[in-house]
Amino acid sequence: MNTKKSKYETVVGLEVHVQLSTKTKIFCGCANGFGADPNTQVCPVCLGQPGSLPVLNRTAFESSIKVALAINCDVQEIVKFDRKNYYYPDLPKNYQISQFDMPIAYDGHLTVPGEDGSSRDIGITRAHLEEDAGKLIHDEKKPFSYVDLNRTGTPLLEIVSEPDIQSPGEAYQYLVILKHIIKYLDVSDCNMEEGSLRCDANISLRKRGDKELGSKVEIKNLNSFKAVRDALLYEEERQEDILSEGGRIEQETRLWDEKRGITSSMRSKEGAQDYRYFPDPDLVPFEVRSGLVETIRENLPELPVKKIERFAEQYKLDKKDIEVLVSERPIADFFEKVNTECNNPKVVSNWIQGEVMMHLKDKATNIEGLGLSAKALAVIIKLASGGTISGLAAKDVLNTHIDTGDDPEVIIKEQGLEQVSDEGELDVIVNKVIEVNEKSANDYRNGKVNALGFLVGQVMRESRGKANPKLAGDMLKKKLERK
Amino acid sequence: MTKKDDYLSNIEGYGRALRENAVSLNSYAEVLASRAIDIDKDIHAFARIDKERVIERAEELENSSRAGRLWGVPVAVKDNLCVKDELTTCGSKILEGFRPPYNATVVEKLIAEGALLFAGANMDEFAFGSSCETSCYGGAKNPWDTSRIPGGSSGGSAAAVASTEVVAALGSDTGGSIRQPASMCGIVGFKPTYGRVSRYGLIAFASSLDQIGPLTRDITDSAILLEIISGHDHRDSTSVNVDVPRYTDSLSQDIKGMKIGIPEEYFQSGIDKGVTDSIDAAIKVYKDLGAETVEISLPHTKYAVSCYYIIGPAEASSNLARYDGVHYGHRCANSQDIIDMYIDSRNEGFGAEAKRRILLGNYSLSSGYYEAYYLKAQKVRTKIADDFREVFKSCDCILTPTAPTTAFKIGERIEDPLKMYLSDVFTIPANLAGLPAVTIPCGFGENDMPVGLQLMAEPFAEETLIRAAHAFERNTDYHKRFAGE
Repeated sequence: MNTKKSKYETVVGLEVHVQLSTKTKIFCGCANGFGADPNTQVCPVCLGQPGSLPVLNRTAFESSIKVALAINCDVQEIVKFDRKNYYYPDLPKNYQISQFDMPIAYDGHLTVPGEDGSSRDIGITRAHLEEDAGKLIHDEKKPFSYVDLNRTGTPLLEIVSEPDIQSPGEAYQYLVILKHIIKYLDVSDCNMEEGSLRCDANISLRKRGDKELGSKVEIKNLNSFKAVRDALLYEEERQEDILSEGGRIEQETRLWDEKRGITSSMRSKEGAQDYRYFPDPDLVPFEVRSGLVETIRENLPELPVKKIERFAEQYKLDKKDIEVLVSERPIADFFEKVNTECNNPKVVSNWIQGEVMMHLKDKATNIEGLGLSAKALAVIIKLASGGTISGLAAKDVLNTHIDTGDDPEVIIKEQGLEQVSDEGELDVIVNKVIEVNEKSANDYRNGKVNALGFLVGQVMRESRGKANPKLAGDMLKKKLERK
Repeated sequence: MTKKDDYLSNIEGYGRALRENAVSLNSYAEVLASRAIDIDKDIHAFARIDKERVIERAEELENSSRAGRLWGVPVAVKDNLCVKDELTTCGSKILEGFRPPYNATVVEKLIAEGALLFAGANMDEFAFGSSCETSCYGGAKNPWDTSRIPGGSSGGSAAAVASTEVVAALGSDTGGSIRQPASMCGIVGFKPTYGRVSRYGLIAFASSLDQIGPLTRDITDSAILLEIISGHDHRDSTSVNVDVPRYTDSLSQDIKGMKIGIPEEYFQSGIDKGVTDSIDAAIKVYKDLGAETVEISLPHTKYAVSCYYIIGPAEASSNLARYDGVHYGHRCANSQDIIDMYIDSRNEGFGAEAKRRILLGNYSLSSGYYEAYYLKAQKVRTKIADDFREVFKSCDCILTPTAPTTAFKIGERIEDPLKMYLSDVFTIPANLAGLPAVTIPCGFGENDMPVGLQLMAEPFAEETLIRAAHAFERNTDYHKRFAGE
């Protein structure tokens, strides 16, 4: 399927819901956060109490514009909200404030790289701002469900792609790129486990070359990017099987069952709901302040694609290195700050990818939480590459610095980690090593050059890491070749 | 306060009597509440009068500074304005037992000025009605003739003021709900410009039309209350950030040269003769005072009622969706599942008129009908507003009857919704266009019932209305007449 051999081609469109990480909810002053005790982050407005009224959160609105611009959308000049009317226990007003015919952003695209190194633009139909609903918690052992309304009123940006995606793999890539951009904008955590990024997928198949789209199936309950890809792969095969046997695809919503790796029918579209959309009279439409969009555009951070290009040109790093450094904006920023201090891109990149990331992983924290300043790391790197301390000692200094926060230079002094580069001091150790390791010494004399490495290692051990390894090697050579 | 006349005073007179008699506010409140309860046996202006709570409030006021402009003045609050921890039920069974966790902005403002609140003024269910008869508690009665309706939907607010249970009241006006009952009870009713007064805490009927305003004995009291309740509120996106003038400064100004528009469409068929005669006499008063009348035309007015009965119910159908028995208010017993609970709770909780409007609204918003009804009505609404914009180029305000008839008999129109709806034919346009409008008593018509005169002006031209109304008051005494005198 989906290969050039197949009679069918796959058409996928994605609907992505992104929770905006504003301090407060979209239409009231309640805290917008994950994980609080149920029904503690609520007020008359988000509870839909009689008489309460919504007031738009400016940050939510501006964050949406950021996303709109980053995904190459046009921004609507008039901001208008509509009511989507339906009854559901997670929706206290029994209508959702959303945007119907005038989404805040429309007509954009994302450039998604393919496996073969080429890339394609995936169209973005629209992105609209709305309020999230509450959460229903079902306990199968009980004859009722719980409602947690903390999430009610969380700002939500729904980003709808065109049916431009041609394979499950491309859908996966689209999500990776979209998440990467949104994370860069710092407007959402994009955490699928906590629900701050959610995705529904639409998929249909059509005969290769056909213009018209086939009947589409919407897949829900996709809890990871991998689930999106797997569910689409499954659905692609299921639909192809039906079509090749002359069957018809029923337009419906299907649920992905992660455990069993299958989709199953949830509801058919036959009884499609009429949401009776109409403009919300509580939120009068307003014109986007002139210049606001341009100001936001000018202040957008450098986005991943641009950064990757610039890193390649400016730092001459390998593609693999750049990918790692650019994966998260704080890491990329940290890299640049360190490099400004010590101007040694490859070495800085190695340190960050090695030691720094190891510490991040160990401590399960991010770069801001690690307590390592760019300046301190730069000092350590400079001392190591200047020969003041050995590479090994440098790692110790970093560890101690992260644990204690002490100045790297103080740590070196206190622990006596400065390299011994004084021939007189090393002479005793070198002589001792030659004496104790007579066999290796003789091996070297007899032409086994490898033996020297071992002997240098012994010098390092004797000096407890402080010996300058290059000097030690030179001295050993001199002494062994003399006789 | 001991003399009967004291209860006929306006806000200023009440304040003076309170200070001069130097009674403690508690005992005064007790007398006041008992008296109101007594009168209310006949009038039923309140869904409930919580005497204990009134006395409690008086105690709080006793201990506060006496600086408030409404200190100790009894003010009724319509049952759709949220009063913290007190029953607020919109005259509907579906909100039985509902005590809001917060005060409406206007209630806060009244409290800040020291008003002695009487919460729970009777009203048509969710303000759906023009006679107060759709209240789940049974309607209020007209103090001038208790076999007649007081008008609606703020019928309780109007009757409470007219029967002297309280000095003033707040109501809400979506299509005439302040003006029509004020007119029928012979008092002043003021609907401010849309956006002038915060709607925060007003339980919505139709959000784009609702506006809170005062019902008072005279225009001076309306100006005072308007000054207090107006202003931008960051909790209401539709409240407008325009400075609040000192409305009381507009009192006592003369109206020489004021151009008063007389729209032909408001003087055609279906109007009682008694009403026409009173209005004609009023026009003469204005002419005698040096005002100039201008013949004007508002050609789209004839579509106003139809337009209103699309937009109002459409918004209401959505605003009332939240009453599902889950969080507050009436919940049916023994439902099998959530859908049953929604259906049974709503079916039991809403009265016939509420159901009618919810159905109407859902219908006109439905896919396939939206364009033909809701969207079309919005376009008509724009035309109606354009009509007004145009005529205000040639006049300062517009004079019309407030209602085509005087108060009708209880039960007379309740079975005939269309006839009932026509009672608001002259008041609806101001809501559709968002204009300020006031009704003042201007005479007595059929069955010796009061007739009201409506004045409308441009958005935020409340001062013009106060000027014109006060000039009329200074030269007439209709506002000094009381029922049963």
